[in-house]
Amino acid sequence: MKRVAIIGVGQSAFVRGYEGSIRELAFEGFKEAMEDAKISVKDIDASIICSAPEYDKQRSPAGVIVEYLGLIPQPTCYVETVCSSSSTGLMVAYSMIQAALYDVVAVIGFQKMSEISSMEVQERMGRGADIQWESPFGTMMPAYYAMYARAYMEEYGLTLDDLAKVRVKAATYGQINEKAVYRKPVTLEDFTDPESRLAAPVADPLRVGDCCANADGSSCVIVANGEKAKAMCERPVWILGLGAASEAVNMAGRPDLTRGLRVGIEAGEKAYKMAGVTPKDIDVAEVHDCFTIAEIMAYENLGFAKPGEGRDLIRSKETYKEGSIPVNVDGGLLSKGHPIGATGGSQIRTIVKQLRGEAGQMQVKDPAIGLIHNIGGVGLYGNVTILGRE
Amino acid sequence: MAKKEEQDTRFSKFGTVSFTSITKTNDFIDYLEEGKVMGTRCKNCGKTFFPPRVDCYNCLCSDIEWFEISGRGRLLSYTKLMFAPVGFEDDLPYMLGLADFGDFKVFGRVSKEIPEEEIKVAMEVVPRVVKLPEGRITYELTKA
Repeated sequence: MKRVAIIGVGQSAFVRGYEGSIRELAFEGFKEAMEDAKISVKDIDASIICSAPEYDKQRSPAGVIVEYLGLIPQPTCYVETVCSSSSTGLMVAYSMIQAALYDVVAVIGFQKMSEISSMEVQERMGRGADIQWESPFGTMMPAYYAMYARAYMEEYGLTLDDLAKVRVKAATYGQINEKAVYRKPVTLEDFTDPESRLAAPVADPLRVGDCCANADGSSCVIVANGEKAKAMCERPVWILGLGAASEAVNMAGRPDLTRGLRVGIEAGEKAYKMAGVTPKDIDVAEVHDCFTIAEIMAYENLGFAKPGEGRDLIRSKETYKEGSIPVNVDGGLLSKGHPIGATGGSQIRTIVKQLRGEAGQMQVKDPAIGLIHNIGGVGLYGNVTILGRE
Repeated sequence: MAKKEEQDTRFSKFGTVSFTSITKTNDFIDYLEEGKVMGTRCKNCGKTFFPPRVDCYNCLCSDIEWFEISGRGRLLSYTKLMFAPVGFEDDLPYMLGLADFGDFKVFGRVSKEIPEEEIKVAMEVVPRVVKLPEGRITYELTKA
């Protein structure tokens, strides 16, 4: 099989209340990726625009965005798997290049969530679940993940302190990530002090501090076939493995809650197989920590820990930068914020920078293989991507 | 002039806010009115569905029958919400839960009538129909 590489990555700062429209927001991530790849719009053969609908009023945003970015008359389309849209976009770009339809494809993710209130955001997110049989009960994302957290606490003795430790780690790196929306330090005491906003219950056992923040942001990943990549780019980062999966939308259709998200397991196994690597080969990872419990489940679903033992990784700090498997050392969704359609691209950007040795203060020591785990909805969709330096 | 056919929008009565009005499972609402929480079963292969559906992907047929959920379920997990989406604010705080009935699982509200300290993972629950104001109707999980 031919090889496909990433030749440029970019993202906007993730912020609350971006002062601009979606096309202007998309430009920010695109500009950084184009400057990173040192190419011009004529070099891009096609684009894929990724977001989740209904946060802003634009229908069919791909057309509006490509015109603004100067990517016409090249073909474009819109790809959506809610929170995992832009890693799905990467899979589509990879397929287009492997099919030899196009040589260079830009995957652009964006989300402007601040045009509507936080409660309206929750209502739209809730409708990313089963609108016929679940939404009438008043569901929202934190409630679903809270049910996984409760099941883990009952089955394995996972504690509220373990969950808080995931957020403390995220904040350790969020403070040094200039693109992150949440840059304040967080301590375990912030979760026990009744005066602290982070300790306030949202959907028990999850507290405010267990949840990532909505944000506005954009990301861009430029993908090229192997020959072009070598000609255009000094340090291409290679796509070694791609795995994807889907799951029952309704909680009633889910297997055992104490085994985490099945899409993470399925997508991970496929990606490892395609890349010909095992969990032990991963030097640095980005996992979808939309909630603290989601990171613990990802440790297990990706094979970094056995079922029920994910908590041990955070207790022993093995997922810190200096540990055996550094995870989310850019602050994760918990600190960066989670602009739905832009998130996957931001995770990919982090791993590409790590593999190139350009992650600055967040740099892990000499990583050769990195992994991105990006989940859509409450484990409704899952993508695992494995990247390598060689 | 042709008489405008009336649409069957029974499902719009389901829950606090329904986002669906027209579905082939509209009879679910009539059964709720009779006090029954029902699932469906494929007459061809016997596969059971909850939430109910009228099409069986297993044998690609639409020959289904309704069955009443009987017996006790085991509560697998639950959560108490302190924030709610738009349209559900007046219900706060409320609990959501998932219960295992063997061949299928049931997701829904957990009854406010169960004292909170009694709500535990693995407790036995049964579904119960609840009539809401303004003709709306739903079900909840309550103590067996």
